[in-house]
Amino acid sequence: MTQLVLFNIFNGLVIGAFYALMALGLSLIINLTNVINFAHGGFLALGAYFAYTLEPYLGFWGALIISPFFAALVGIIVERVLIRPLYSRDPLYSLLLTFGLAFVIQDSIRYIWGAQGLPMKVPAALQSSLSSTLFFLTGYRVFMVVLVAVTVAILFIILKKTRLGMRIRAGTLDLEMVSALGVDVRILRNLNFGLGIFFAGLAGVLAAGMLGLTPTIGDGLIMPSFVAVIVGGLGSLIGTLFGGILIGVATGIVTVFFPSASEATIYVMMALVLLVRPHGLFGEEGGTKL
Amino acid sequence: MSGAVVWFILLTMPLWISHVGGYTDLGTRVLVIGLAAMATNLLVGHSGVMAFGHAAYFGLSAYGTGLLIKYLVPSTPLGFLVGILVGTAGGAIIGYLLAKLRGIYFALATIAFGQVFYFIAFRWNSVTGGDNGLTFQRQPIHLGFTDINLGSSTTYYYLALAVFAVCAFAMAVLLKSPFGHTLLAMRENERRARFLSIPVNRHLWIAYTISCLFVAVAGSLYGMLNNFVSPHNLHWTQSGDFVLMAVIGGMRSFWGPLLGAAIFVVLQDYLSSLTDNWMFFIGMIFVLVVLFIPRGIVGLMQRKTS
Repeated sequence: MTQLVLFNIFNGLVIGAFYALMALGLSLIINLTNVINFAHGGFLALGAYFAYTLEPYLGFWGALIISPFFAALVGIIVERVLIRPLYSRDPLYSLLLTFGLAFVIQDSIRYIWGAQGLPMKVPAALQSSLSSTLFFLTGYRVFMVVLVAVTVAILFIILKKTRLGMRIRAGTLDLEMVSALGVDVRILRNLNFGLGIFFAGLAGVLAAGMLGLTPTIGDGLIMPSFVAVIVGGLGSLIGTLFGGILIGVATGIVTVFFPSASEATIYVMMALVLLVRPHGLFGEEGGTKL
Repeated sequence: MSGAVVWFILLTMPLWISHVGGYTDLGTRVLVIGLAAMATNLLVGHSGVMAFGHAAYFGLSAYGTGLLIKYLVPSTPLGFLVGILVGTAGGAIIGYLLAKLRGIYFALATIAFGQVFYFIAFRWNSVTGGDNGLTFQRQPIHLGFTDINLGSSTTYYYLALAVFAVCAFAMAVLLKSPFGHTLLAMRENERRARFLSIPVNRHLWIAYTISCLFVAVAGSLYGMLNNFVSPHNLHWTQSGDFVLMAVIGGMRSFWGPLLGAAIFVVLQDYLSSLTDNWMFFIGMIFVLVVLFIPRGIVGLMQRKTS
């Protein structure tokens, strides 16, 4: 029993790491530009399929590093061409646009790579189990959690220490002021969008290694990521990170006792959080952007 | 688009729709989906809040109707009522949680909550039929002196039209009422509305619930139209479709969403018969509408005449 519980908690941690990666990307984009990126799941799938295509040439490690950059590049182009004209309008429009974009990306993937599931080759070193009693600790899963932790740490260092990061944080608080101080906010928004998509792409490669590839690979991950953003509170990246891991682990624990309710759990949690703290766990009361 | 033209088109639809390549059930679908889009637009267009989860109440109501007719009482009117009740109750509960939120936070929460019922329908296999959906059969309506046999598409169309007419009338009255005007006031300037001592959160909750009521009416009609309901009717993609229909037609106009629904439903029907990649084209419609006709077709026509 303890082993089962441990297994599911660890599993929840792995899932939570996915949610957190996705949700951080979403959160970055929402905080700076008020764009709810529905196509995030599509970008995740793009990252995964890029890795699938690059893997024969670069190996798993090369693909893991390069394909998120390709996904980010697509994101940067999309932002420049389609989303930039919408910033001055009601957020409803960017929401609808990324909504349609999600369909376009998914169907394009189906057209290019086919609707059938594809396997992703993972190095043998990562596939073996690390311990015979704790059989679920496969190298890949542990590696995943560690990689996510490192990436998130790097993100926070970028945001704290680099000029770009400081501008992103400042822009989150008051984009107009940042613009008045002579920063080109168009480039800032563009790079920030790319950064968000990078995270989606990375999540995609990791998901592909664990689940294999299908055009709808992002569908199951996008909604919990939205929930993670809400639970954590808008405007707080720490909150988003916490929210992602929290709902992942909670899902894991509920799965032990009541497997068919695992998805419903996260919505019950969201409802409870909103009842008690309408702005989310880490959102500032009244301070969140309208 | 003036009301008289709309009613003329709707009343005569079964007479000409087959001559222009359609079929009566397609007309009914336009009508019912159009009602849902108009109900969504009560929030999106007229109150200025981004309701992106309305498929939940649409599908909830369809499931309510279907489950009652299939398992408890084989009665169309009762199924209809129960469906509306279930859908509206769902809207009232979730609306209560949402009413304190604003802007994109509100939008995010509507999206996420919209998925709850999807997962329940998807997972609760023994009752809902899970991914395969729920098949049932709408029943004749017994009026005492005569029976209305709903077997024919045309009869069902006119039943749906009658319900639609009542709902459209109610929505028009609502928008003209003092309550409707306070919604517009909240859309234009919420802070000012608050200073005028309008209880904005409670008004938003009421508006959300009313909107869900009409969506639930549409959902129940839709379930009985197809004699079938599946988790897809609850999915967030359906919610997005409703909003897009409102935008295509014109969010600021009363009939715009119906026009948008007609265009969207017919296009979807046509595209999915034409190509396997219809999703790509539907997605492109979203992108193109947002970029090029954000004020919708009614907005375009207004700009030309003014």
